[in-house]
Amino acid sequence: MRRAGSLARVSERITTADVSKVATLARLTLTDDELATATVELGAMLDHFAEIDALDLDDVEPMNNPTNLVNVMRDDVVGETLDRDEVLAAAPMAEDDRFRVPPIIGLDD
Amino acid sequence: MHDELPQEATLIAEGVRFGTVSASQVLDDHLARIDDREDDVHAFNLVLADEARVRAAEIDAIAADGRDPGPLAGVPVALKDNMCTRGIPTTCSSKILGDWKPPYDATVVTRLHDAGAVIVGKTNLDEFAMGSSTENSAFGPTRNPHDTTRVPGGSSGGSAAAVAARFASVSLGSDTGGSIRQPAALCGTVGVKPTYGAVSRLGLIAFGSSLDQIGPFAHTVDDAALTLEAISGHDPSDSTSIERPPLDLRSKMPMGVAGLRVGRITDLPSGASPDVQARLDEAFDALAAAGAEIVDVEVPAFGYGLTAYYLIAPAEASSNLARFDGVRFGSRTTAPDTNQMYMATRTDGFGAEVKRRIMLGTYALSAGYQEAYYGRAQKVRRLIANDFAAAYAKADVLLTPASPTVAFEIGDKASDPLAMYLCDTYTIPSNLSGDPGMSVPFGTGDGGLPVGVQVLAPALQDHAMFRAAAELERYMQSRQNGANA
Repeated sequence: MRRAGSLARVSERITTADVSKVATLARLTLTDDELATATVELGAMLDHFAEIDALDLDDVEPMNNPTNLVNVMRDDVVGETLDRDEVLAAAPMAEDDRFRVPPIIGLDD
Repeated sequence: MHDELPQEATLIAEGVRFGTVSASQVLDDHLARIDDREDDVHAFNLVLADEARVRAAEIDAIAADGRDPGPLAGVPVALKDNMCTRGIPTTCSSKILGDWKPPYDATVVTRLHDAGAVIVGKTNLDEFAMGSSTENSAFGPTRNPHDTTRVPGGSSGGSAAAVAARFASVSLGSDTGGSIRQPAALCGTVGVKPTYGAVSRLGLIAFGSSLDQIGPFAHTVDDAALTLEAISGHDPSDSTSIERPPLDLRSKMPMGVAGLRVGRITDLPSGASPDVQARLDEAFDALAAAGAEIVDVEVPAFGYGLTAYYLIAPAEASSNLARFDGVRFGSRTTAPDTNQMYMATRTDGFGAEVKRRIMLGTYALSAGYQEAYYGRAQKVRRLIANDFAAAYAKADVLLTPASPTVAFEIGDKASDPLAMYLCDTYTIPSNLSGDPGMSVPFGTGDGGLPVGVQVLAPALQDHAMFRAAAELERYMQSRQNGANA
């Protein structure tokens, strides 16, 4: 767990290896040039965001949405659904009423 | 072009309902202007001229039959291209959606249709609504109709430009951090972000789900109110939709501003240019002269909005945009296995700004950093909401600039993300709190370009905001009429 005061000068610590890991998590491939640029940009932005370090937030309740609604449920009854053929027609590949994807397992790499 | 035909939505709908003007004539008038200027402005990704002609003829037939086509009868409407239209391409101005045709209509599209509106096209935006200039589009920039060397603002720049160029009478945009109000200010139109949850988000392709809200652009405050009344109200298919009837705005607007408490935020972040500040000062004077009471309030956390927003919105975006993986919709880049296909599709399909925000959001949510960044940002969000609530105990509405400056040159901020983000300094905090805000055209600033004044109100008090906006509009019209007399 990081504590308040730890956000300053992220740009001095963030490495291309960190950013490369984030890209992998986000399922994006960056070239070496893009990686270098992204590291500088991300560091600069995070440095800027360190201004919230100075705030005393210990007793503040986090807010994740404005409506304060929690788990809005509907009755479990059958309703109208999307047309399956129309949905599959909009997919890059479909076969036998399913989305078709390349192999998920069985390749060595 | 027929300049004698009505341009305002309220007048078009009244004329079509009472048979004094035809929806087809009104549509042709707008399509003629699109033919004339769209090459210069590029407001649209897609113009739906044929579909619109069919719909306008239907509306005219309904009226001729003695039936009521609805409150937006024959009103030409443009839709931001991040709202799903069944069987009609919906792109978010991104390569990644390819030629995707949604299998359903957004709730707002259904409501516009039921109200008798005529949809004329899908408008350009910053890719996935991320930007403040409508330059970050896979289909090229939109230009400001007032000066085509300048940006229209963003991300709903196409919708703002479509109304400013009179290609449509009203349009819909979406506002996550100012994406309706800032382009409205820069294009000289009215632009409204209603209370979060007042308008259904079903079929609005999500950017930041706890911040996104759909709202109208219009020529007048009354037109915006008419449109918002038609699209608002509970939708059981959107779990964040508020269980309330449509907003009641037009019946309250004639109340004027006598006795209305208008707040001036004394600790508002600096950064507004002198021409914009002068207009804001004049707006306070105008409301005071009309009987409003001007009160000083403080919103100490206002200035932290930008930081909280640029952690929360990218975090939500990185999660929302995970669905674009080449499986269910849009484009796919082929690869030997599924994981490589995800990577290749996303790397080819997303533009630079979208990738930047996905990376920032993924970082802010990653193990070891989530509490420090996303968690702290959520607490700052609470501080901002609490500060607004305290201010609204003293004031019914607040006035601020909508944009710190008038429209800037195309390319001016394209290489500096942080400079671009500062465009939304004054609009972001009310997205975080969930409160409504709107930009009202209020004269001109540097270069004779439009300036917008932002009116803010507490959640579900959208009508108070419209009362103040209507008075600002009335003042400016009488001032301009005086100058022309």
